[in-house]
Amino acid sequence: MNSNGKETLLQVDDITLSFGGVQALSHVSFDVAKGEVLAIIGPNGAGKSSMLNVINGFYHPQSGTVTYKGRSHRQMRTHEAAAEGIARTFQNIALFKGMTTLDNIMTGRNLKMRVNFLWQALHLGPARREEIEHRRYVEHVIDFLEIQAIRKIPVGRLPYGMQKRVELCRALASEPDLLLLDEPMAGMNVEEKEDMCRFILDVNDEFGTTIVLIEHDMGVVMDISDRVIVLDYGRKIADGTPDEVRANQAVIDAYLGLSH
Amino acid sequence: MELLIQVFVAPFLDMAGSPVFLLEVIINGLLTGVMYSLVALGFVLIFKASGVFNFAQGAMVLFAALTLVGLIERGVPGWLAIVISLGVMVALAYAVERWMLRPLVNQAPIILFMATIGLNFVLEGSGQIAWGSNVKELDIGIPDASFDVGGILLNEFDIYAALVAAILVAGLAVFFQKTAVGRALRAVADNHQAALAVGIPLKTIWIIVWSVAGAVALVAGIMWGAKSGVQFSLALIALKALPVLILGGFTSVPGAIIGGLIIGVGEKIAEVYWGPVIGGAIENWFAYMLALVFLMFRPQGLFGEVIIERV
Repeated sequence: MNSNGKETLLQVDDITLSFGGVQALSHVSFDVAKGEVLAIIGPNGAGKSSMLNVINGFYHPQSGTVTYKGRSHRQMRTHEAAAEGIARTFQNIALFKGMTTLDNIMTGRNLKMRVNFLWQALHLGPARREEIEHRRYVEHVIDFLEIQAIRKIPVGRLPYGMQKRVELCRALASEPDLLLLDEPMAGMNVEEKEDMCRFILDVNDEFGTTIVLIEHDMGVVMDISDRVIVLDYGRKIADGTPDEVRANQAVIDAYLGLSH
Repeated sequence: MELLIQVFVAPFLDMAGSPVFLLEVIINGLLTGVMYSLVALGFVLIFKASGVFNFAQGAMVLFAALTLVGLIERGVPGWLAIVISLGVMVALAYAVERWMLRPLVNQAPIILFMATIGLNFVLEGSGQIAWGSNVKELDIGIPDASFDVGGILLNEFDIYAALVAAILVAGLAVFFQKTAVGRALRAVADNHQAALAVGIPLKTIWIIVWSVAGAVALVAGIMWGAKSGVQFSLALIALKALPVLILGGFTSVPGAIIGGLIIGVGEKIAEVYWGPVIGGAIENWFAYMLALVFLMFRPQGLFGEVIIERV
């Protein structure tokens, strides 16, 4: 439970991460309530992506803990994070470019497959039944994100905005409890951004998924997030509702520059 | 002038003069090519899934064949020997992942390549320590007889080899395209980071890939061993797989097959029609010549991915 009386899903505590002499994150702490949409903002190089990488185990911080679903970890492991329901998308899209949209999204179900590996390899009996089950769920997510038409197309041939949507779809296919979105709207035009906003809010509404996202477009951030935290040079400088953050002097200084 | 005619005209006249014989040469070339493809296939599987150029693939072929023959010599029935050999190759895959790939994770490809050279020596050495270095005969009960189809002389053994290769390739294709494991393998081959993010366990995938490559090596070892005896030089047929890969592209399974066929046919035709002019033994170097030409004009191979760097 946190101060607002909501259940806490994720808590990062005093995270410090450095690469050689570069301090990417220093003593960052915050928590995420279940069902919340939290935005992480900050200037370039503030440590936003690093923070997501710590949460899903790509980076291992020098100190601090990540507490997820009540269990504390010194370091998350990617495989464990995925198995525990943390899904994510990447700033520069990490899809399997040679595979079709459908195959890409089906990989999101990988961890849900319970049938013995040998059956899977032989593709007989239970494995086939299981595949059909997973396919049904995947079709549901595909309908939800309105990408029925591109099912069979290799994702490498899709336009950028569509690829972003496929990546979101793959993340959703794993029925995540926590969804980490790294700049889901980067490089999109206004229409695509509006679609993406709608999808993010719908996901939050319908599936009850908790969402942590990084975004540069302030209009978008202020519109869709319940809470905003601001990083600057690896430190957290603000944490609050969009309105509070907008009025925060430290944030204004970080963004507009401070005259010395 | 005489020489030019001999090189550029006479061979084609010969071909046109006896189309049945030409067909026979081509078919025999295809059948040899299938055997090259078998070896090249092992390379492609590992290269695709882990980005490692496995120099030890030839040694794996030798090792698998030696294990099989050694078991049969000690009175183990044939089918059981095959099952045990398969088990040994899976155990090898496990050991490679545990003691070679895992400690070297995130190292540059060249480091992994060097490690596979080491593996090559370990396999060649341990195979010979365990089973001896004599040339051994491997009789799997396929008659090595020739027969005649409409004037074309065919070898029964080669036909079986082609059949086995076809079944293997079809099996692998289904495995890769239709099963959940195959999809995970393709995913890892495509993008490591994304595969990690969706929770595909890389270690398991590596064990699977090396096991499959081990199984392919066993099949190649059986076919080559039955054809020319199980001996040290089996490890050297891996060298013939290199031009096959350069032709077909390192990342393409169909490429490995077609590359093998082209090399097989090419070297047979060169040997039969141009051999007398140049002095024979073209078969030994033709594949490498062809590979050189390909490197100059189409370095990504026939089916490989074109690498375009964005700057």
